[in-house]
Amino acid sequence: MTTDPTSRHPHSVSADRRRILRRIGSFLSYAGLSLIALLFLFPFFWMVSNAVRSNAEVMAVPVRIFPEEYQWGTFVEALVSLPFGTFLLNSIIVACGVTAIVIAVSCLSAYAFARLRFPGREGLLLTYLSTLMIPQVMLVIPLFLVVSKLGWINTYHGMILPVAFSSFGTFLLRQFILGIPKDLDEAAMMDGASRLRILVTVIVPLAMPAIGLLSLFTFIAQWKSFLWPLIATSGVEKATLPLGLTLFQTQQGTAWNYIMAGATISMLPGVVLAIVLQRVIYRGITVSSGFGGR
Amino acid sequence: MSQSAVAEIPLQPGRPRRFLKPETQTAMLFLLPSFLGFMIFMALPILASLALSFTNWQLIWTPSFVGFQNYIKLFTVDPAFYAILRNTLFFAVEYLAVNIIVSLTLAVWISSLKRGKAIFRVIFFLPTFTPTIAASVVWLLIFTPDGLADTIIRALGLGLPNFLLSSSWAMQAVVLVTLWANVGYNVVMFNAALDLVPKHYLEAATIDGANAWQRFWRIRLPLISPTVFFATVMTAITSLQVFDEIFAMTRGGPGSATATLGFAIYQKGFTNFQMGYASALAWVMFVMIMALTILQFHMQRKWVHYDD
Repeated sequence: MTTDPTSRHPHSVSADRRRILRRIGSFLSYAGLSLIALLFLFPFFWMVSNAVRSNAEVMAVPVRIFPEEYQWGTFVEALVSLPFGTFLLNSIIVACGVTAIVIAVSCLSAYAFARLRFPGREGLLLTYLSTLMIPQVMLVIPLFLVVSKLGWINTYHGMILPVAFSSFGTFLLRQFILGIPKDLDEAAMMDGASRLRILVTVIVPLAMPAIGLLSLFTFIAQWKSFLWPLIATSGVEKATLPLGLTLFQTQQGTAWNYIMAGATISMLPGVVLAIVLQRVIYRGITVSSGFGGR
Repeated sequence: MSQSAVAEIPLQPGRPRRFLKPETQTAMLFLLPSFLGFMIFMALPILASLALSFTNWQLIWTPSFVGFQNYIKLFTVDPAFYAILRNTLFFAVEYLAVNIIVSLTLAVWISSLKRGKAIFRVIFFLPTFTPTIAASVVWLLIFTPDGLADTIIRALGLGLPNFLLSSSWAMQAVVLVTLWANVGYNVVMFNAALDLVPKHYLEAATIDGANAWQRFWRIRLPLISPTVFFATVMTAITSLQVFDEIFAMTRGGPGSATATLGFAIYQKGFTNFQMGYASALAWVMFVMIMALTILQFHMQRKWVHYDD
């Protein structure tokens, strides 16, 4: 609280200067992070930019950032005349199949762990939890043995069933169901509803946020999956998109423009889902890290 | 006596229920699908894998029990094993350190912004929702001889060799691609944790004269340390298993410069069909994962703060 005009003046100058400095700092912060973000996005641009040029131009030296001639037809050719259409269909079938089974199985077991009392419940839950540490590459050898003994190599069920019983979903849904008030099931039980009916009509609708999250994460994990499709299939007939990209790489030598078109097709669903469902993912990652971290 | 017992059963139809309460029966029915799946596709394969690691099974003829021979061969005879182990640990340590530092830096940077947080979060998250193989194939094109990476290296006069053709640089390319493909998950996770740090803690510290650096090390990092711990454990577990990038980009090469355990298990098992030997390698990996996780849980007492 000073009234002396000579001392007030320099004070407001330094406040102004601080505000200006802060604004410059904020601008530099945005500029720097934007630059990093653009560099980070560059591989996506490079992929599409090389998908729409001729293969000769992909390999041309010196490298051109933008194509000389845009050939959007590579996408159509990759899907229609090359097996990428088949790969796409296989990817969709496997990812959707696994997701459907995971949801059905996890709802049932999560409800049992969250609401039903039975001997050995905690022990079984712990056993399920411990399997989350098992590396997939360790299971792949004996699973290959099982699947080939059953004659399931190169079949959809051979690709789907062995990976559809991860216990992650059971935990995620159990945690969520524990948070749903018990009064709701008890009221339904008074009305004479069976447990299955309660699960389907009361719990599942209320657990939709968790079920949606589990569906999303399971679908994406399967969409990305490579090792099991690689083991469980041979040839192009049942190959999924990631597998198709590597098959194509060895079969056709360096048809880079088609590989990049295939890579773009395989990245598209994940990119769209990540953008459209960003809020869901943000909350989901918070939930799943909290649940694993504690 | 036995006659009367037989006669009793139809008279008491409810009797078996005394041993299994209705609730237990329902639970068993509900758990049946997951339990069957767990037994057939998880428990049995784990036991089979352990059993296989003590055999010389080569897919064609019937396996015979060889005791610890596979493990002995691994540690004493196989010249490639220590190189594979070294590659795996080198990758895991470097990748883990770089991932945590980069993701924490980006998360703190993003959380310092007033507007546009969501946009940056999504940008860094995008690759984590795309197939690793697709990402690897794109980077393979970038690193192709006389391709984009070589052009940039030449233009900047860095004097570096082509990454994928150089046995000392190939692993750096694998680290870079793995980082690009996965770092966004930790960025989002750390960003979410940072956003949960109560504002008044930071305001109080600012009033007490703490600068941004001190506020990070003394307040924000301790408060988000449970999340950092979780991310470190998960990232370590996945980094020891790295496979997709190596399969798509280097196939373990040049030479065996990028042959890691995950790749060696696949190669021994499904290229050479030495299933017993590959299973032994898989158990080495499992023991490494367990040891690393136990070590991290042991060390967390020193740096992780739980406020309950």
